[in-house]
Amino acid sequence: MKIAVCLKRVPDTTAKLMIASSGTSIDEAGLKFVPNPYDEYALEAALKLREAEGAGAAGETVVVSLGSDAAQETMRTALAMGIDRGIHLQSSGSVDGLEVARALAAELKAGGFDLILAGKLAVDDSNHQVAVMVAELLEIPCITAVSRLTITGTTVDAEREIEGGIEVSTCQLPAVITCDKGLNSPRLPSLKGIMAAKKKPLEVKPVTLGAGTVRVTGLALPPDRKPGRIVGEGPEAVGELVRLLRDEAKVL
Amino acid sequence: MPIILAVAEQRDGALRKVSLEVLAAARQLADALGGTVDAILIGAGEITGAAELGRYGADRVLLARHPDFGMYSPDGYAATVAAAGRGATAILVAATATGRDLAPRVAARLGVGLATDVTALGVQDGKVCATRPVYGGKVLQSVVLEGAPAIASLRPNTMPATESGKAGIIVEQVVPAFVARVTVTAIKAAAVAALDVAEAPVVISGGRGLKEPAHFALLEELAAAFGNAAVGASRAVVDAGWRDHGAQVGQTGKTVSPGLYIAVGISGAIQHLAGMRTSRTIVAINRDKDAPIFKVADYGVVGDLFEIVPRLTAEVRKLRSEQ
Repeated sequence: MKIAVCLKRVPDTTAKLMIASSGTSIDEAGLKFVPNPYDEYALEAALKLREAEGAGAAGETVVVSLGSDAAQETMRTALAMGIDRGIHLQSSGSVDGLEVARALAAELKAGGFDLILAGKLAVDDSNHQVAVMVAELLEIPCITAVSRLTITGTTVDAEREIEGGIEVSTCQLPAVITCDKGLNSPRLPSLKGIMAAKKKPLEVKPVTLGAGTVRVTGLALPPDRKPGRIVGEGPEAVGELVRLLRDEAKVL
Repeated sequence: MPIILAVAEQRDGALRKVSLEVLAAARQLADALGGTVDAILIGAGEITGAAELGRYGADRVLLARHPDFGMYSPDGYAATVAAAGRGATAILVAATATGRDLAPRVAARLGVGLATDVTALGVQDGKVCATRPVYGGKVLQSVVLEGAPAIASLRPNTMPATESGKAGIIVEQVVPAFVARVTVTAIKAAAVAALDVAEAPVVISGGRGLKEPAHFALLEELAAAFGNAAVGASRAVVDAGWRDHGAQVGQTGKTVSPGLYIAVGISGAIQHLAGMRTSRTIVAINRDKDAPIFKVADYGVVGDLFEIVPRLTAEVRKLRSEQ
């Protein structure tokens, strides 16, 4: 099976963020960047599927990332996990998911992939849309936010969490699947993998994105919450807490 | 005249509450733009709720019925909404499991951008603008939607539903031909409570302070006492396998905005705080008085959660029985 995985480089989720002086982007100075956590589930799913096919089965795994040159470092992590090769779509990116999807779809269309995997969202823009749009542009099926995935021949069976339940769906390959937490436990790159990754092919292709129809006018840090108070210590404070929740906060 | 299309969600033939919130947002936009609101209700056979949509602000209710729409049909819904929304000024969807799947499909089919998980909508120089939490809630992004139509998904619990006292006209909407590339075959009910942390009016979350998975029973009892609460969890306990990932609150889980959020035995890592700081009222129960969670909490109780939570459960139960 020929599998593509879309990967995005994002700031570490434990990082505290500041707004850049432009006012429309975050200040990247000193920030640690990581592979988007949901994309790691996609990488792991791709590797597992290939391993299940057995050594010598026709196919490959390809990581595709759109972003600045720094994305290549993140792609090397994917290669170190075991992905065969990389395609870097060199671009400063766009907040408009459809523009990113158009560039990805143009690249993926030519690749003849049986399966395209991605995280359900990137934890930076939280756009929750790019991979679905890729599927729409390629006119192939897409199941989103999948936490259980089985592929038998060309049939995909997937489960995804919905409010108060699990939605079960099916489609045929080629397809796009976006991955949620719970699908698997992504492996850490081994030392051998890290060494091997340095020699794996990573093709760089500059792309130009359209202007799009979503324009960022500003970023702001969320307003500080009003200072709270310690109601008291131990179970004796519960009476006062309940009184405050009822009479002051009016939530009881 | 500008038309705002609100996409209503139903399950098993009944309207979901979040649809009324989307409708309220659509009504506000329509009033600001001097336009009207169309609500589209998609399903199979008998669907209740059309009249309710009218009462809550829809000038017209478009009923799109198709035998394949008993369950969500990603391609069928997308084709239907795209057809109904072509020519509209804006299309609003709920940022639910269905809405998050549907909105990008509609945007791609109409060739316009999409703002997801919006928490505020407005009009600026005649254009729809939106505020949306990004980086898991650590940053608020303001955007202008220059596409026609402007498409946005609205995060649940951010907009109160408002009854307008009017009645909308109910119109049968023609469902266009579509190719079902994906088929939803079943919905399995969740093993535990039906309320989702992203939608519940009260969320009670537990962290490592609970010491072991079985102790989450304490929080479930408190949730039961409230009657309208969901039990959430910190990333640490989800990663440890104590709770299902669907319950995780934070940047790599769900971002929640309930009326009341109770953090029990959660120290308050930055990625957790980002996911719950927009809750209206926050209560923290923790034995460490210096825990970061107390910095965002409106009310804090310092001490042993194993003594405090059962007392709180008893008090809430008493109060509820008096109401």
